[in-house]
Amino acid sequence: MPFPLAAVAVIVVAAALLPLGYVIAASIDTGWDTASALLFRPRVRELLQNTVMLVVVTVPICVVVGVAAAWLVERTRLFGAKAWAVLLAAPLAVPAFVNSYSWVTAVPSLGGLFGGVLIATLSYFPLVYIPAAATLRRLDPAVEESARALGAGPVVVFCRVVVPQLRLAIAGGALLVSLHLLAEYGAFVFIRFDTFTTAIFEQYQSTFNGSAATMLAGVLVLLCLTLLVIESVVRGSARYARIGSGAARRAVPAELGWRYSPIALLFLGMLIAASVGVPLVSVARWLVIGGSAVWKLDAVSAALGQTLGFGIAGAVVTCVLAFPIAWISIRHRGRLSRVLEGGTYISSSLPGIVVALAFVTVTIRYLHPLYQTVTVVIAAYALLFLPRALVNLRAGLAQAPVGLEETAQSLGVSPWAAFVRVTLRLAAPATAAGGALVFLGIVNELTATLLLAPTGTRTLSMQFWSLSSEIDYAGAAPYALIMIVMSLPMTYVLFTQSKKVAGL
Amino acid sequence: MRMRFGLMSGVALATAAALTVSGCSNSGSGSGADSGAANTITVYNAQHESLTTEWADAFTAETGIEVELRNGSDTELGNQLVAEGAQSPADVFLTENSPAMTLVENAGLFADVNQDVLAQVPTQYRPSSGKWTGIAARSTVFAYNKDQLTEDQLPKSLLDLQDPAWKDRWAASPSGADFQAIVSALLELKGEDATRQWLAGMKDNVRTYKGNGTVMKAVNAGEIPGGVIYHYYWFGDQAKTGENSNNVALHYFKNEDPGAFVSVSGGGVLKSSTKQDAAQQFLRFVTGKKGQEVLQTGTSFEYPVGSGVPANPKLVPLADLQAPPVDPAKLNSPQVTELMTEAGLL
Repeated sequence: MPFPLAAVAVIVVAAALLPLGYVIAASIDTGWDTASALLFRPRVRELLQNTVMLVVVTVPICVVVGVAAAWLVERTRLFGAKAWAVLLAAPLAVPAFVNSYSWVTAVPSLGGLFGGVLIATLSYFPLVYIPAAATLRRLDPAVEESARALGAGPVVVFCRVVVPQLRLAIAGGALLVSLHLLAEYGAFVFIRFDTFTTAIFEQYQSTFNGSAATMLAGVLVLLCLTLLVIESVVRGSARYARIGSGAARRAVPAELGWRYSPIALLFLGMLIAASVGVPLVSVARWLVIGGSAVWKLDAVSAALGQTLGFGIAGAVVTCVLAFPIAWISIRHRGRLSRVLEGGTYISSSLPGIVVALAFVTVTIRYLHPLYQTVTVVIAAYALLFLPRALVNLRAGLAQAPVGLEETAQSLGVSPWAAFVRVTLRLAAPATAAGGALVFLGIVNELTATLLLAPTGTRTLSMQFWSLSSEIDYAGAAPYALIMIVMSLPMTYVLFTQSKKVAGL
Repeated sequence: MRMRFGLMSGVALATAAALTVSGCSNSGSGSGADSGAANTITVYNAQHESLTTEWADAFTAETGIEVELRNGSDTELGNQLVAEGAQSPADVFLTENSPAMTLVENAGLFADVNQDVLAQVPTQYRPSSGKWTGIAARSTVFAYNKDQLTEDQLPKSLLDLQDPAWKDRWAASPSGADFQAIVSALLELKGEDATRQWLAGMKDNVRTYKGNGTVMKAVNAGEIPGGVIYHYYWFGDQAKTGENSNNVALHYFKNEDPGAFVSVSGGGVLKSSTKQDAAQQFLRFVTGKKGQEVLQTGTSFEYPVGSGVPANPKLVPLADLQAPPVDPAKLNSPQVTELMTEAGLL
């Protein structure tokens, strides 16, 4: 293994684990008496109950909705299946806090656990739908046909043959949904639903980085780690890949018939109306109410420029940092690569608010020249979105066989040139997809940006947040619109790319 | 060759993009850790962004000194200044309420406010130490839904709201510095035990919202009969569309009740600032006639406190509010957040 590459990978992962170290160090620093007083109090029980209930209720709903939608578009003769397939990914282009703002506009009394589950489901079900659809498309129908030949009915085949093969997609999607639920801030503030993340932010606003905030962050981190463990248990070690050569046939689509077709269409229609329709109508309504006055072009274009700047710089840096880790995990399997992989998973589960708290403390105390600089913001983004780049880069590198590079070398090209001209080129599309995903994450990021950004920074999400907090919903609408429009192409890239990645 | 060209130009483009981008965001975000431009001051702003922007624009027009705002809440920015200490990039600190000013003052981080600036503000609206000055004021009110409560059903005192009769019938935004200032006044006026008891009653009764504007919106929509907020949210909304306040009326507690507390917004110059003169000029402008007239005629509907500028005629005059006498320098925010955390409100 090339030493410099390994060194870079180790440094990146170690840096990614800094926030975890910070939470642990700060907890030790606080001392047991204070810490236990802050941890074992009714408020924490309240938050724990809210947060756990949110995950326990929302995740199964997302799984059912996501898998049902995937099955309908991939395995039935549904009217307009191709269009539905793309539309069902579109909710990801609507930031959860914009979704919440739109729903609160339509139903002002929305709140509590019900509101939280509703908003979260509508915002995050595509995280299950996309991998489930991609996997369904590639499943070998022969297995199902065998089951049917042995006398199993359609329901039994679906439950006992199809669903188990979706286990990886479902477990991965469910993990992503749960991590998003734990990290979400803006969406739940709108509907007055307190979770650990909203409470940490409130503590931060009241005391700036006090020990109460850190203790809450510690509990949040424990919740995230618990989810990682649950996911790896659920995922299991079984493999469902086809054995042998050749490609799987597409399955024969099921007929829904005149009885079930309308129900299926109604279900999908309502899903899209609730998750994309409501936000678009709400934003449009506020834009009409606000008229041309809300388009303060200076402010809007400045926010757009800064968001683009953060997004592009963050995407480039993140992809560059993810590269050595992806490289080692593909080309040099072994103990080190497994440790590195585990490290990135842990850091990826840390919510933006925890990362931001750690960065504020570390830069203010030990790295003051970096305090409130763009560098720190980009570093936080890189840390938060490293896995998005990593997953895609890995897939891309795996598609580039070592043999091709070796052939190039045997034809007299230097190893470095062979790498650049063969492997890097082959991995380029996957890298672009990873970068797009990171960009999407940065555009929608709120808490870390609020805490870390240099004075004078006004990204789209910051502007939206500041205006909507002053209940200037009309003034916030242009920013919501731009965020949605910017995210649409990235969501499309995610959708198309996921089908390729599922093949690996 | 064609391949190499494509790759090379691609790499060059990406590098250029990354460089321009970081360049852009650097210049766009301005000062960063060290204030670069000599003619720019950094204001840590916990006041309403729209109000401070009005002040800043007028100040820049008059003096040519640019103002960069870092927005946050009172206690967040106050504690942040304490954590930053002598290395703070801030030149001026503006708040909505006084407890956070006291916090920074107690950490020894404020320079003396120039005498001519202090002279513009009467003594009851600033601390005796002269380490910072009042810049505006705001009155506590009980905002209620006119269809759900009649005048004789209103609470006589802020303390009544701990009574079980008010369970699920009033709202507040406990995470906001506004509300925490009211609690700090209660603490100063009634002592720690009474405050702890009141907060426990509040925890049982209150419905919490994020932000005073949101509280008023909920009261207006009939989601909850009443809420404790500051007066100007109502006047501001009335001056616009009234969409969030047409069903709402304001009840002033008066009689020197803790609920009649008038909170002083503060402004101070950081000792660590390398732009003392520009920073003092900014405070002079804000407390001067032009700055106070922004409060009188602008859209903030907060009370002017200096340079003899009267309040907007739509407001109940400051002198008629019968506010309890509280020395702004005595209000204590760390103890308040501690008590509120203990009560389970934070």
